[in-house]
Amino acid sequence: MLLIVEQLLNGLQFGVMLFLLAAGLTLVFGIMGLINLAHGSLYMIGAFAAAAVGRLTGSFILALLGGVTAAALAGLAIEWLVLRRLYQRDHLDQVLATYGLILFFNEATTMLFGRQPLFADVPAALGGSIEFIPGIPYPVYRLAILLVGGLVAALLYGLIARTRIGMLVRAGTTDREMLRALGVDVRLLYTAVFTLGALLAGLAGAMAGPIFSVQVGMGEPVLIQTFVVIIIGGVGSIRGAMAGALLVGLVDTMTRAFLPGLLRSMMPLSEADALGGGVSSIAVYVLMAGILLWRPRGLLPAHG
Amino acid sequence: MGEAIPVSGRQRAVLIIGLAVLLAYPLVMPLLGKPFLVGLGTRMVIYALAAVSLDLLVGFGGLVSFGHAAFLGLGGYVVGVLAFQLGADAPLFGLIDGTNQAWIAWPAAVLVTALAALVIGALSLRTDGVHFIMITLAFAQMLYFLTVSLKVYGGDDGLSLRRRNLLPGLDPRDEATFYYVCLACLVVFVALARRILAARFGTVLRGIKENQRRVSALGIEPYGYKLAAFVLAGAGAGLAGALLANQTRFVSPELLHWTKSGELLVMVILGGIGTLYGPILGAVALILLETVLGAWTEHWMVILGPILVVVVLFTRRGLYGLLTEKRSGIAARGADDGGGHD
Repeated sequence: MLLIVEQLLNGLQFGVMLFLLAAGLTLVFGIMGLINLAHGSLYMIGAFAAAAVGRLTGSFILALLGGVTAAALAGLAIEWLVLRRLYQRDHLDQVLATYGLILFFNEATTMLFGRQPLFADVPAALGGSIEFIPGIPYPVYRLAILLVGGLVAALLYGLIARTRIGMLVRAGTTDREMLRALGVDVRLLYTAVFTLGALLAGLAGAMAGPIFSVQVGMGEPVLIQTFVVIIIGGVGSIRGAMAGALLVGLVDTMTRAFLPGLLRSMMPLSEADALGGGVSSIAVYVLMAGILLWRPRGLLPAHG
Repeated sequence: MGEAIPVSGRQRAVLIIGLAVLLAYPLVMPLLGKPFLVGLGTRMVIYALAAVSLDLLVGFGGLVSFGHAAFLGLGGYVVGVLAFQLGADAPLFGLIDGTNQAWIAWPAAVLVTALAALVIGALSLRTDGVHFIMITLAFAQMLYFLTVSLKVYGGDDGLSLRRRNLLPGLDPRDEATFYYVCLACLVVFVALARRILAARFGTVLRGIKENQRRVSALGIEPYGYKLAAFVLAGAGAGLAGALLANQTRFVSPELLHWTKSGELLVMVILGGIGTLYGPILGAVALILLETVLGAWTEHWMVILGPILVVVVLFTRRGLYGLLTEKRSGIAARGADDGGGHD
C-alpha cells in the first residue's frame, strides 16, 4: 500500500514534468502547425546549462535561472533562423529540418561537455524526505517539482484563459488566418509562444537534472513521450496536455514499478526483468494507439 | 497504360548513367586499389531499397510514416532468428525450424513484414496527418522495445549470425557477388513499383494524395488502396532488412530505433520525394556524406545536421530534381512557393 502511494506520487511528478514539455509543444503545433522534434533538445540544453551553472556557482537558484535562460535563448535563435520558415511548409519538411537540428544540438553538446553524463546535486535546502502523508516519507525535491509544476500549470492556464495574450493564442489555434486578417502581428505572437515553450522545456530540463543523469541524447526519449502526451490529450489543447501528461506519467511509472514483480511470479527472474522493462516501455504506446483508435482527435481536442 | 512518372530525355540519361555506375561499382573499386569499399556500396544499395519503399508511401500516397525502420528491423530479425534457431534445441513455437537458406529466409522476412504492415497499417490508417505520423512512430517504438526485451535473442546487445544465408550456386561471402544480389533486389523492386504506379493502383494512390475527398466522391474507397501501399512498402523494407542482416551478419534493436526511421525519411527527402528514383540517390548521398564526414571528424553530425536543414529550406525535389530539372533548386522552390501548404 505504501509503495503504491509512493509510486502514485512519482507518477504525478513525472506527469508534471511531461506537462512542462507538452505545453510548449502542443501550443506550437496548435498555433503554428509546426512539428518540432528539436523540443527535446531544448530540454537537454536546459539540463546542461543548469548543471554547468550549478557547478560553477554552487547556487541552485542560479542554476535554474541559467537553464531556463539558455533554453529560451536557444529557442529564440532556432525560431528566428529556421523554424519560422517552416510554418507554411508541410509536416514532412518540418520533421526533417528539426531532425537535422537534433543532430546538431546533440553533437554540439558532446563537443562542449563530452560523452560522460553530468551529475547535478539535489540542493541542500531541498534534500532529505518529509512525511507529509503519515507513514510515507517522500523526497522533498520531488515534492518541490510537483509543486512547481502544478504552479506553472495554474499560471499557464490563467495566462491562456484570462489574459489578452491568451485570447490571441486561443484564437490562433482556432483560425490563424482570421487572426492575421484582424491585424494581429502574428509573427510576434509566434515568436513569443515558441520562446515560452522553450522556456518551459528548459525549466523541465533544469529540474530533471538532479533526478536523471544529464547526458547527450536525454531529450529524445522524453520527446517521444511528450508527443504521446499531446496526441493523447488532443493537439493544441492545454487542458488535453495536462490530462495526457498525468495519464502517461502514471501509466508509465506504475507499469515500470509493478509489472516486473508481477512477471517474476510467472517466469525466471532475469527474463522477467527484461520483459517487464520492455513491456512497461510499450505500455504508453499501447495507451496512445488505443486512445487514437477510440477517439482519433484525442481526449480533449482544442477545437470543440 | 500511361507512364507512372513522366520521364524526360534528361531524366532518362540520368537513370542510365546511374544504373551504369551502380553496375560498374564493384568492378571499378578493386581496380582503384580500394576493394574494401565494395561493402560500402552494398550498404548504399540496401538502404536505397528501403528508401524507395518508403517513397511509395510518403511520395505517392502522401502518408508520412515515421516508423518505417520497424519493418527494416523486423525483416532483419526474421533472418537472424531463423539462423539462431538452427543452433537451438527446439523449434520456435514448436513449429518453426531454423534455416540459413536464403530462398526460405528472405521470402519469410518479406512475408512476416508484410503481415506486420497489414496489421499496423490497418490500425494506423484510421487516422491521418500528424496523428498518422505519431501512431506509426508508436507502433515502431512498440516493436523496438519488444526486441530490446527479448533476452533470448540478445536483447539490447543484438544477435550475431554465424554466416550469411546460402544462395544456390553463388558464394555470398564474396562481397561483389553479394553486392550484385542486393542490386538485383533493388532493381526488381523499383521495376515492380514502377509497374504498379503506372497501373490504376498508382493513379488512385496519387489521387488520394492530391485530394482524398474527390477520390471518394468518384466511388473509390481510399482505405484499401492506402493499406495496399502500406503493405507493399513494409514488405520492401523487410527485404532490405533481411539483406542488411546478411551483410553485417548482425541484427540489433538499433535497426528499429526511431532515428533510423528519421534517417530513411532524410534519404527520401534528400533524393527527391515522389520521384521513385530520387531516394536511391538520397541513400547513396547520405551514406557517402556520413562516411566522408565521419572519416574527417568524429563530430560529423554537427555538420550533417545543418546540411539537412539547408536542404529542406532551399530545395524541392531534392538531388534528383537538381540533376534532372534545368532550373536551379532555389529558383524552382521560389516558383513552387505560391501553393504553400497550410
